[in-house]
Amino acid sequence: MENRAIFSGKLLPYLLILPQLAISLIFFYWPALQALQQSFLVQDAFGLSTEFVWFENYVNLLQTREYYQAIGVTFVFSALVAVFSLTLGLLLAVMANRNIRGVQIYRTFLIVPYAVAPAVASVLFIFMFQPGLGMIARALQRSGVDWNPVLNGTHAMILVVIVAVWNQISYNFLFFLAGLQAIPKSVIEAAAIDGAKPMRRFWTIVFPLLSPTSFFLIIVNITYVFFNTLGIIDTATGGGPNGATQTLVYKVFQDGKVGTDLGGSAAQSVILMVIVVALTAFQFRYVEKKVHY
Amino acid sequence: MALRQFGAAAAVTVALALATPAHAVTEIQWWHAMTGPNNDVVVKLANDFNASQSDYKIVPAFKGSYADTLNAGIAAFRAGNAPGIMQVFEVGTATMMAAKGAVKPVSELMKEQGEAFDPKSYLPAITGYYSTSKGDMLSFPFNSSSMVLWINLDALKKADIAAPPKTWPEVFAAAKKLHATNPTCGFSSSWITWGLIEQFSAWHNVPIGTKANGLDGFDTVLEFNTPLETKLLESIVDLQKDKSYDYSGRTNTGEGRFTSGECPMFLTSSAFYPNVKANAKFEFTAVAMPYFPDVASAPQNSIIGGASLWVMGGKSPEEYKGIAKFFTFLSDTDRQVYLHQVSGYLPITKAAYEKTKASGFYEKNPILEVPLKELTNKPPTENSRGLRFGGMVQMRDVWAEEIEAALAGKKSAKEALDTAVSRGNAMLRQFERTAVK
Repeated sequence: MENRAIFSGKLLPYLLILPQLAISLIFFYWPALQALQQSFLVQDAFGLSTEFVWFENYVNLLQTREYYQAIGVTFVFSALVAVFSLTLGLLLAVMANRNIRGVQIYRTFLIVPYAVAPAVASVLFIFMFQPGLGMIARALQRSGVDWNPVLNGTHAMILVVIVAVWNQISYNFLFFLAGLQAIPKSVIEAAAIDGAKPMRRFWTIVFPLLSPTSFFLIIVNITYVFFNTLGIIDTATGGGPNGATQTLVYKVFQDGKVGTDLGGSAAQSVILMVIVVALTAFQFRYVEKKVHY
Repeated sequence: MALRQFGAAAAVTVALALATPAHAVTEIQWWHAMTGPNNDVVVKLANDFNASQSDYKIVPAFKGSYADTLNAGIAAFRAGNAPGIMQVFEVGTATMMAAKGAVKPVSELMKEQGEAFDPKSYLPAITGYYSTSKGDMLSFPFNSSSMVLWINLDALKKADIAAPPKTWPEVFAAAKKLHATNPTCGFSSSWITWGLIEQFSAWHNVPIGTKANGLDGFDTVLEFNTPLETKLLESIVDLQKDKSYDYSGRTNTGEGRFTSGECPMFLTSSAFYPNVKANAKFEFTAVAMPYFPDVASAPQNSIIGGASLWVMGGKSPEEYKGIAKFFTFLSDTDRQVYLHQVSGYLPITKAAYEKTKASGFYEKNPILEVPLKELTNKPPTENSRGLRFGGMVQMRDVWAEEIEAALAGKKSAKEALDTAVSRGNAMLRQFERTAVK
């Protein structure tokens, strides 16, 4: 009876999810709606003159060649970063999951890069890859490679991919390692007794059992490259040369913060939001079917 | 112990507060983007002003890079909380002046507050950049520099070049010779668009855009894709092929290539001086920017770079009174002389320039006079007073992108300049539309 008096009615469940609901509404839906509203406006930087223009910002955007270039750059960049950071993270996790001496030390050191802020990571790599000054740049030049990321778009892309991958590997490593340790030893031992070699054991047992982790990481990694690499690109290349490393999110930042064209920038973030939502929905719809929970 | 110290400090503070007569001090926020030694200069100026009188208190606050400071100011204004004084870099000028009501023109402020203010006492090449076409000063020049050609004299001697080059053909020839001793870079530059488009046009007395480079109106149209600019870019692209010229990026991050000795000729800001003095392990000098001798009007005069102080709108009369007094304080001849000599930035009044000259300072530091000689070479024309294009911060990136495409061999010099002009014009039309009429 007493229990019922306290937990009566339908109010409590709502009360319990209220904090989460409030956070989502204030920090996610409210800004998203504001971006949507802003994308229909043409406004000066100080907000002194505002004109409602319907879809003009979108139309203008879809008529600029640079926007399509940014879409292409984003997909190439995301694919490269996701593939390299996932495979390297997995490789390192498999290596660190073995019984070797000092494994705890290796594991700790492999996590450290994640604690480095993207912009700081970028600066570290700029020092190493700066033509004429950096160690790695000099080594490359001595071995006959004309390393020049300020002018060569491919080199600039390689540079930002390296920084972004380096920054993300630890995160992937951590999750893969946890995933690997959750796989029951008995299953692998049974396979070994049946005569399966390590490679075969990995592909037929470990990899499929790791699929929930992999699926989760794919989504997190894609979101990471789409949004969180802004700082890396800004410090390493500034989107250059000639737009070769200008991703969609960097263009949002450039047009909004540097160009103070808030309407155009908002229209881009709305499109970007749609792309990422579509991409995630696609993955849940099709890729998730291959996941064994 | 710590607690006792805190208690003592608190007691002293309270005592002081009680001892000071009840007297309203007007606080004025000053947002700026100065780091290192220049930050010390800002703080010292504020302290000196605060100590010189007891009615106003200037409170400086560092807000990050120039772009960050501008964005912080814009955001604060939108939230109804703008600072009294805001330091804005030269390319933000059009954005600020377009915001009628958000800013208060300096000439108007000084007149309203009855401060002695003679626009003619300032160097026209500096104030012209921040004035209307009629000569009304919009913002107060704070830190100004110009562009000069830095020369590594040791490398020049090694390459058997008798004297620093004066003209572009001489620069090209010297770059090729220097390439023999410096295979990765004979010549380079920072702030690529400031040098190759903005300064180049002023120095040759040719327009960047119509309407006096935008000073006479936001309906300006870019027109720097003429044969003269194309000739310059073509020559540079040609030198880039074997690295007689080597691109060092859009901003000044590549300046270390000069001080390290890698690039013996470097076209960049005169404000590079303290850095070169501290780090170069070779004999160096700086000379005036090169020009094409077949252009009759060249050299004209150079334009400035740097930043100015904007007064924000909607403040109380007391605050405006304090800001006006602060600007008078800054214009003081001795203070300008001191600022010029300690920071390497240019003096803004004629009197300060004359006084420094008379003191024999330039005989010991000839490099510091080079940008001043460039700026005052001839009276500014409508092509060389400055430039005012909306969205100039991003415009520089757009122009740089096109120059990069030419340097990488993806476009011809002419194509690159044509695209830079057409993309820039699209941005200008967008800006014109949002500017408050």
